[in-house]
Amino acid sequence: MKKSLMLVMALILTFTLAACGQGNKTNNSATGNNAGTNSSANGGNDKASELSGSILAVGSSALQPLVDQASKSFMDKNPKVSIQVQGGGSGTGLTQVSGGQADIGNSDVFAEEKLEAGPAGELVDHQVAVVAMAAVVNPDVNIDNLTKDQLVQIFTGKITNWKDAGGPDQAIQIVNRPSSSGTRATFEKYALGTKTEDLAGAIQEDSSGTVKKLVGETPGAIGYLALSYLDDSVKTLKYEGVDATEENVANGTYPVWAYEHMYTKGEPNEVVKAFLDYMASEEVQNGDVVELGYIPASKMQVKRDVDGNITK
Amino acid sequence: MAQSREKRKLKQHIIEEWTGKVFTSLCIVLLVVTIFSLVYFVATKGFSSFIKNGISLGEIFGGTKWKPEGEPPLFGALPFIIGSFSTSILAAIIAAPLSICAALFMVEIMPKIGRKYLQPAIELLAGIPSVVYGFVGLSVIVPFYRDIFPGQGLGIAAGASVLSIMILPTMTSIATDALAALPPGLKEGSYALGATRWQTLARTVIPTTLPALMTGVVLGMARAFGEALAVQMVIGNAPHIPKSLFESASTLTSAITLSMGNTVMGSVQNNVLWTLALILMLMTFVFVFIVRFLERRANR
Repeated sequence: MKKSLMLVMALILTFTLAACGQGNKTNNSATGNNAGTNSSANGGNDKASELSGSILAVGSSALQPLVDQASKSFMDKNPKVSIQVQGGGSGTGLTQVSGGQADIGNSDVFAEEKLEAGPAGELVDHQVAVVAMAAVVNPDVNIDNLTKDQLVQIFTGKITNWKDAGGPDQAIQIVNRPSSSGTRATFEKYALGTKTEDLAGAIQEDSSGTVKKLVGETPGAIGYLALSYLDDSVKTLKYEGVDATEENVANGTYPVWAYEHMYTKGEPNEVVKAFLDYMASEEVQNGDVVELGYIPASKMQVKRDVDGNITK
Repeated sequence: MAQSREKRKLKQHIIEEWTGKVFTSLCIVLLVVTIFSLVYFVATKGFSSFIKNGISLGEIFGGTKWKPEGEPPLFGALPFIIGSFSTSILAAIIAAPLSICAALFMVEIMPKIGRKYLQPAIELLAGIPSVVYGFVGLSVIVPFYRDIFPGQGLGIAAGASVLSIMILPTMTSIATDALAALPPGLKEGSYALGATRWQTLARTVIPTTLPALMTGVVLGMARAFGEALAVQMVIGNAPHIPKSLFESASTLTSAITLSMGNTVMGSVQNNVLWTLALILMLMTFVFVFIVRFLERRANR
């Protein structure tokens, strides 16, 4: 009995090594499979003539609560439509919509920033909301404004004590996001203007709730949060003297914000289009979007493209 | 008449025999296929970062810099490997004496109270979801370490403390079984020679059951090695080799869970995460081999 178990374990190990040689082959067949499911999914969707069918929306956990809430009221209005909203992260959303497994891919970032040019070009962008972020510090840090330059020096480790940024004599503790995170990408791109490295001793957390808890409790901590997460447990900083408010984001004076995207592969079919139109309607934009702490895309007086160029 | 009834009975038995056989074989085939395809899937995904993206083995296992989004991207997984080993070994060091003493108490010293109250209490620990452990760690252990030790409280020490409680039930129940299976003659012989209870436990009971006790410790370590959520919440997740136990660090599992959802399937950033998963899986095989080895020694 013991011997046969050892044999099985040994077999599994050999199999692992054998798999190494076949790595390329399986990858090819996997892409072949994707193409197959994709075409069949499209064929199925085309048949939906009246407003009935199912929609699968996958991706960004920052956008999930909004899509989830809007999908419920949409399903109440269209009882024949079923919408499933799943999390998993922006990368998962983009992968799945690009591969055809999901109808809508939710993302915090432009598809061009994650996918290669080919698959990204096939995706159609629907910007449903705007999320703004603000730098937050522990309430005991008695400063209320940081310039871009100071933020860069803090997040690159050149300033390690608050007294060099006009604060008390206390060590700075960075509470960051993982380098793959969309929130971090937005903050680095629009608040810092540069990519930063993961510093030794810096804390990295993926969930906004944990970031808020840690910044609120850790002496000398600095992090960044979406506006919807801000409350009294952390102190919100001005950026270059500008308050992080909805009006300042909408008129373009506060730059640290990003679109929340809902991507479809090619032009959406009837059901998906109806849902995306509903997301863009006044009802959702002034209702769920505001209620959940996002900024309505319709209110934005400025537009921004993937390279960060701003147009009025 | 009687003969035909007997025949029918025989037929019924044959049918029962066959349905049983077919059902069991089906279950086993399903299980084996699942295991093999799982291993195959992780292995092909994990090796693609070496084959497709041309990352060298030396970079993954020897590199200390993890910058998957950097220019150029660097994929040194050594900080994660060191983090995983140090947290799980430290957790085992904390939990092993506790669990072995608890088992001794339950089996040898006060079987009645131990079996009735202590064992269910410890087994209850196994049923608590890991996110609860993580949250308790973040709300209780981290602030505690932050106040007492230099640093921010998050780090290997906090991770190991949370893990040690999580692996306590595994270790304790295996140790209890091992101690209970000890033939009573051995202890009685020791007592008959005039040994005290302490002498019997320390010189006879523990040395004879040591391989089995170690099995529990290794299984507990394996569990600690693979635990993701609770550790991720309290360890800080900086991809660096920490200088102290109270400095933000990372494990293989926390690195995977932090970035898996944010990266795109098929990209280098995603493939290296699968490589980390492969390392994790191979380590688990090593743990299982060690357990088998110990069990064989225990049976000798």
